[in-house]
Amino acid sequence: MKRLSRLRRHRAAGPLLLIFGLLTIGTTFQVASAVTNTTTANADRSALIEEGKQLFLKGCSSCHGLNAEGGVVAPSLIGVGAASVDFQVGTGRMPMADMSQQAVRKNVVYTPEEIHAMAVYVASLAPGPEVPGDELLNYERDGSIAEGGELFRTNCAMCHNFAGQGGALTQGKWAPSVMGVTPKHIYEAMITGPQSMPVFSDKTLTPEEKLSVIKWIKHAETEPQLGGVALGRVGPVTEGLLVWTLGIGMLIGVAVWLAMKAR
Amino acid sequence: MSNESKEIELIKDPGLPAHQHRRTDVDEKYAKIAERQVAILFMLSVAGTLLLIYSYIFIDTDTFIFIPIFGDQNAHQLFLGLGMAMALFFIGAGAIHWAKQLMSDEEVIAQRHEFRSDEVDRAEFVKTVKEGAAVAGLGRRPLIKRTLGLALGLSGLTPLLLLRDLGPLPGNEQKETSWKAGTRLVTDPGDRPIKASDLEVGAVAQTLPEIIGEDKHRKLSDIAKDAVLLIRLRPEDFNLDDERLSWTHEGIIAFSKICSHMGCAVALYEQQTKHLLCPCHQSTFDVTRAAKVIFGPAARPLPQLAVTVDSEGYLIAQAPFNEPVGPSFWGRSA
Repeated sequence: MKRLSRLRRHRAAGPLLLIFGLLTIGTTFQVASAVTNTTTANADRSALIEEGKQLFLKGCSSCHGLNAEGGVVAPSLIGVGAASVDFQVGTGRMPMADMSQQAVRKNVVYTPEEIHAMAVYVASLAPGPEVPGDELLNYERDGSIAEGGELFRTNCAMCHNFAGQGGALTQGKWAPSVMGVTPKHIYEAMITGPQSMPVFSDKTLTPEEKLSVIKWIKHAETEPQLGGVALGRVGPVTEGLLVWTLGIGMLIGVAVWLAMKAR
Repeated sequence: MSNESKEIELIKDPGLPAHQHRRTDVDEKYAKIAERQVAILFMLSVAGTLLLIYSYIFIDTDTFIFIPIFGDQNAHQLFLGLGMAMALFFIGAGAIHWAKQLMSDEEVIAQRHEFRSDEVDRAEFVKTVKEGAAVAGLGRRPLIKRTLGLALGLSGLTPLLLLRDLGPLPGNEQKETSWKAGTRLVTDPGDRPIKASDLEVGAVAQTLPEIIGEDKHRKLSDIAKDAVLLIRLRPEDFNLDDERLSWTHEGIIAFSKICSHMGCAVALYEQQTKHLLCPCHQSTFDVTRAAKVIFGPAARPLPQLAVTVDSEGYLIAQAPFNEPVGPSFWGRSA
């Protein structure tokens, strides 16, 4: 008893007690708050998945199946990832307006929150490509226009045209123009391979190279028409049409004038 | 029947129609108007040239102006072109208007004459040639005659040298590519080797053979033959015979990108239908059936490159192409 009271009066007792007290309070609070955080995050996530599932059941399941397992007219969505949902719904391609050859870009039906919920739901079915974050998509900083141009010409230009204006595929399908598409959606298209488009894997076309492609596309959008009227930038098709109609038409007009008898 | 009706009535030569005078021939007032019109056309040409000179000197090359319908246009180039077009067009237009309205338009009959020259002229010509030859003394100086003949003859033969440029024969160039057994497939561009695990199902990669050695420079003539498209499918999607199936690796299949029709780069791969489309003449190849031609003018499937992985897991060619890549050529074995 005497020893305890002596210890209590030790000059280190005060500071030690203070440290002990703070530590106890701190850790308790840490643990308590951590526990609540995980639980709320989990709860949020399951709520989000549930919300996404409800949206999916209402808007998508008639074609893609009640469990996203796919059907006769639509592919399975198991393993397509959040990025695929974000691209297809975020550009208005899904839900499709009709059963034509191609799902076209149109007005977006769902709000960003709803799209996020559906993406989380589909991603919860099986792992797949994730929606790229803003930090990843810093193409202005991490991309190179020259490299992007070379990559675009090798990997993209055969379908999307050398200036990104799009082009024809088989049986009425086409590769759409890449002008005016948000960087996020371009990136998602490359990693998910929507519709006819193949996937461009991160190892064969690295994330930095993908950013270079995006930077080149964004540059091409604002590129002035240095060579005169661009005529849609589709090359010999419109240029030939103009020469054959306007050019030859003018020549015929002059020829008729030359041969006309003066009065 | 009377005699008269049997006679064939000859169609008489109607001769030239009566000349119709133009307004400008009849009325000096109209001639004056036409004169002024021609002058205006020529002055428009002058204005065009001035516009050309002005825009060359005074308009900055990076000035853009908005033109309705056409959008932003480079003013420097637009007015250079417009000025030159005006300068040339209105000279021509003025000349035509002048000729049609003011120059004489009386119809004239130009009589044909014999092509053969007069006897006198012909005799004179022969005489001149003979005299010239005599003065030059070619007959007396055979050395000059022969060396001149040699010089002229030899120089005349030199165009035969150009025939050499039709060759040399390509030899085996068209039948061989850079692919050897064990050559790694590397990305184009980037030259990075590719592991089988790098490709997801549905992925494609544009590839070239890895360059071994000091000189990393690729010749365009090599790229034109070596380009290979790598595609990954689900293995169960394949509809191949056992040999061709052994040329694939876990669903990864490789084809020459050079179309067997005219040599365009075939790389429009449709992931859903698994068709490859050539953009030039729409030949369509079915990837699941070893690039069988299902549409278009191509006569042969795309050559398939047998692929496997090496000990480090990188994709390599099992063997060179078993047939020449690209379009048909003389001497190509079917």
